[in-house]
Amino acid sequence: MTKISKAEITHVAELARIELATSEIETVAGEISSILTFVENLQAVDTSGTEPTSQVTKLTDVWREDEVKDCEISRDQLLANTPQSQDGYVKVRKVL
Amino acid sequence: MADLAYLSISEAHELLQASKVSCVELTQYYLDRINKLDKTIMSVLTLCDKSALQAAAIVDQKIQNGEEIDILEGIPYTAKDMFLTQGIRTTAASKILDNFTAPYSATVINKLNQAGAILIAKVNQDEFAHGGSTENSAYRKTTNPWNSEYVPGGSSGGSAAAVAADFGVFSLGTDTGGSIRQPAAYCGVTGLKPTYGLVSRYGVVAMASSFDCIGPIARSAEDTAIVLGVIAGKDKMDSTTIGLNLDDTSAIRDDELRIGTTQEYMNHPAILDAVTAFTEAGHSIEDVELPDGEMALAAYYVLVPSEISSNLERYDGIRYGESSEQAKDLRDTYMKTRAEFIGPEVKRRILTGTYALSAGYYDAYYKKAMQVRTLIAKQFDTIFETCDLIVTPTTLQPAFKLGAKSDPIEMYKTDILTVSANLAGLPAISIPAGTDSETGLPIGLQIVGKLGQDAQVLALAVEFQAQTNWHNKVKECLA
Repeated sequence: MTKISKAEITHVAELARIELATSEIETVAGEISSILTFVENLQAVDTSGTEPTSQVTKLTDVWREDEVKDCEISRDQLLANTPQSQDGYVKVRKVL
Repeated sequence: MADLAYLSISEAHELLQASKVSCVELTQYYLDRINKLDKTIMSVLTLCDKSALQAAAIVDQKIQNGEEIDILEGIPYTAKDMFLTQGIRTTAASKILDNFTAPYSATVINKLNQAGAILIAKVNQDEFAHGGSTENSAYRKTTNPWNSEYVPGGSSGGSAAAVAADFGVFSLGTDTGGSIRQPAAYCGVTGLKPTYGLVSRYGVVAMASSFDCIGPIARSAEDTAIVLGVIAGKDKMDSTTIGLNLDDTSAIRDDELRIGTTQEYMNHPAILDAVTAFTEAGHSIEDVELPDGEMALAAYYVLVPSEISSNLERYDGIRYGESSEQAKDLRDTYMKTRAEFIGPEVKRRILTGTYALSAGYYDAYYKKAMQVRTLIAKQFDTIFETCDLIVTPTTLQPAFKLGAKSDPIEMYKTDILTVSANLAGLPAISIPAGTDSETGLPIGLQIVGKLGQDAQVLALAVEFQAQTNWHNKVKECLA
């Protein structure tokens, strides 16, 4: 059984930028531990000398010309979905 | 007026072309059916009635002018809410996209539009396609048209339920680990996951990019083939598309096929009838060693959450989607937005993936799973040295009751027979092939083919449906 600690879950949630309430941490740690235990049988497979597969099409180097093209979508259309915008820009809350 | 119940694409096409029914009448038939039956089935998230009726009137004008219409012209369909549709809301069944209307459409939606097909509704799914029952939708729980106490499967549960309930002629779904085939099996309809890269993913909400496939759900293999013919093809907006020529059917064999399966499935009700039908058609059944389903699932549940954790970074509360009102600064915007608007299963997968990719664990989880992925693909290569196709049940059990699988891992296991095809990128279809004696619910048969041999998979499915009647049972599911 892989056991993931509350401290590790807090760290991972921080990396993933998801706020967890103190009351949630233990439940989530238990669930992620179960999932990690579930995938533990991978360790039993002999993979020595096996190349990892990251994609299955075997396509390599799909190039295109680096051209400047007009975007068919207007700035207003794009900003229509932005939670906050100002003067044609996306607005964010203070960084520091 | 002609009987419009459960029309196939070619039946609908002929009725339209011969003016036996107008396209507005046909579209209205489906809209009325949704209004009447979806109170129980709960498959529709957004009804596109106005735009659908407008498009239908244009098709009618063309027919009245004596013009020939294309095969999909005027054919009403639904799409899983993963597909971006310009001017029509797209939620991916997540609260974080509650008010999101895309400024452009997915390539497949554009292709269907150009072919004249008419989008009548965006349908329900598990949030971001994370799930196997559609219960993870942030909006509603869809029920199985065969029995409303049961789930329709997932994640394309709204699509499969809509096709089974005759809300349109076909639907578009997405399949990352079984999300087209498993709900198709549970709802007694036909669902095709094409070869990875055959259909463009541009404009489709991303889940796990090296797995995600787009495909049709319909009431026959023939109809899924027609839709595939329209949506497949190389797309400059998706550099993983492979540009396979589906019109070249010279490689398809209809003589004696060697069909591989495993002894342990031989008594499964989905397989029994099929083996008889295949043998009668002159095919031979070979005993093969299939990839270990538990191992495939383990590799899948490392790789897919890892890709999810990366793909779902974009829901940050800044460029689009919902944003927390409580946030005080930028960092807080990320933390609170994702806490408030993302559902529990999606959070679990993001956190699992973030863990698997984080410093110190990459080799043990992510790299290891990628190596196992290689071994699974090689095992399929070996099987295909002596077999043309593989058949298995699509799922070990028929649909389960709503709320029956509250443990995430129990839910994951419903995909045990479907994930292997995604790990290797292979084409696979689920077709109705039996009925569960206990519940009366449909059971699906899965046919898996070699990479790029989608036409061969479809050919066997079409042949099976010409020999048997299982795929027509859905017409009585609501009777």
